[in-house]
Amino acid sequence: MATSAPAWAVLAVPALLAAFTVAAVAGDALLAARAGGRRPSVAAAAGPLAEVPRLLVAQRRTTLAPDTLLWRLGLVTVPAAAVLAALVIPFGGVTASRMSVGVVWFNAMEVLTWAGLWLAGWGPNSALSLVGGYRFVAQGLAYELPLMLALIAAAAGAQSLDVARIAAAQAHYLWFAVWMPAALAVYLAGVYAFSFLGPFGSPAGRDLAGGVLAELSGVDRLMVAAGRWLLLTAGAGMAVPLFLGGGAGPVLPAWAWSAVKTLAVLGLLVWARRRLPLVRADRYAELAWVVLIPVTIAQTLAVALVVLKLGGPP
Amino acid sequence: MTAVVFGVLAPVAAVSGLLVFRFRSMARVTIALLVSFLASGGLLISLGLGYLGTVVILMMIIEMIIMMVFMIAYMMNPAGLIQMTMHHNQRGARAISVATFVLLSAGIFATPWPRRAGAAPPDPTFQLGKALMGPQMLTMITLGFTLFAAMVAAVVLATARGRYDRFGDDLKRRPPSDSAGGGVGR
Amino acid sequence: MLQLFLLLAAGLLAAGLYGALSQQSIVMIMMGLELMLNGVTVAAGAFWHFLAPASAAGQVIVVVVVVAMAAEMAVGFAVVTAIHRARDVDMADAAADLRE
Repeated sequence: MATSAPAWAVLAVPALLAAFTVAAVAGDALLAARAGGRRPSVAAAAGPLAEVPRLLVAQRRTTLAPDTLLWRLGLVTVPAAAVLAALVIPFGGVTASRMSVGVVWFNAMEVLTWAGLWLAGWGPNSALSLVGGYRFVAQGLAYELPLMLALIAAAAGAQSLDVARIAAAQAHYLWFAVWMPAALAVYLAGVYAFSFLGPFGSPAGRDLAGGVLAELSGVDRLMVAAGRWLLLTAGAGMAVPLFLGGGAGPVLPAWAWSAVKTLAVLGLLVWARRRLPLVRADRYAELAWVVLIPVTIAQTLAVALVVLKLGGPP
Repeated sequence: MTAVVFGVLAPVAAVSGLLVFRFRSMARVTIALLVSFLASGGLLISLGLGYLGTVVILMMIIEMIIMMVFMIAYMMNPAGLIQMTMHHNQRGARAISVATFVLLSAGIFATPWPRRAGAAPPDPTFQLGKALMGPQMLTMITLGFTLFAAMVAAVVLATARGRYDRFGDDLKRRPPSDSAGGGVGR
Repeated sequence: MLQLFLLLAAGLLAAGLYGALSQQSIVMIMMGLELMLNGVTVAAGAFWHFLAPASAAGQVIVVVVVVAMAAEMAVGFAVVTAIHRARDVDMADAAADLRE
């Protein structure tokens, strides 16, 4: 049974999140090196990480008549949303901030990205970054409802909104990933969408000269670029207690299993990122509303019927 | 603890609520309203209503961003760069609102509030869910129908094209002629 | 303590009322309405906590107010879209069709 951690654990969450993000970025760089025909080596993996100190000292770009207050607010919100969302993820048996409504909190914190990216697009008074921000809101309208319903399906399976209880409910017999596959697929698509990576990367797309990243340099760019990967890591970390049984496993201690499962989900997301084509936000909207919402509602209904029949999760 | 949280969040909610009508840039106006809503959500959480507070935060972020998109699209002075005031009858409105506030405050301090009846349940979320599915089922049904009616009304008001524009005069054209291609090919 | 929460709610209501009465743009009027409903939400939550925590009525009021906010915003923006499509402005003064 998971317990709420002492106060210093709140500081451990960003550190742990950063560690997993570094692993994800390094893995992505290795895959990029292999795809580019270069030899995957430590130098290739450390390439993007060596950008961090460079960006920290690089000069910030200013534009003509920016809305500086909103710009900075938006930029800070993107990584902050990732850290706040990660507060409710149980690692091993310990949650940094155990809330009885953890699933709704996670949802609320990833929605902060909407505000952050729209403001980051509006702030610099630049057409391309504004278009990038609007693209994110458009794909946000599409991905949000299926993601919410997928989270509700997992919560209904465990009859609780507490993330630690959802993880514990899967120790009974089956992982939720086995009997809620549609919810898991929609959740992973939602993770790509709120971290605007992979198939949902059009807000920062190359056809917009970087979109929301176009007018950013220096620490601003670091915040948004790192924020994407932090959000991906937080989403992958949340998939573990929701669908993959949390820290349960035979030989290793709970925290080791959490780490292994998080790395597995991260590895899948980073690998699939290069395989999937870019989805246009307006074309995705119809698919999301007409196909994915009925699918996730049907999934939630199936979960509810199973839980009612069996008196609990199987 | 509640008092400390109140002391921090209540002034934030009130001040940003007042600032909504002070800023000239529409984006700042919406962010001020969003901050006010986030403070209210925090106050609800501090009162023990964890689920409702988090839902208010969640919904209001989404609503405010969508509102911002509409405001920038429709309003005459979206970035506040042009010097124009969009008020009418400002003095009358101020008088009415101050009078309302004074009246309500007098009522708040004059009313003999009853004592607290009972203790909070261990899980207020469960209490809400049980009530909505049981004694308050009529409320739930009404809310469902209201939301459905709002959805239908909003779509009917907002679209300029109907099915004859999409499918042709004999309703036989497939695929339908839309300005933006969807992803499903219906 | 209840009085302080209700005072905040009254303040938000008054601020929203000022906005709803004095603004010309329909969207800004809607923001005033949202502020008023915000005040009602805080008041309902305070009533639940300080007066009747054992019954769910206070929470149900909060749910109803939040749903009313959502429905009002949806229909309000649809109306603004329709007016903007017809008149190319979003002023409330230009929407006095029903008066004649």
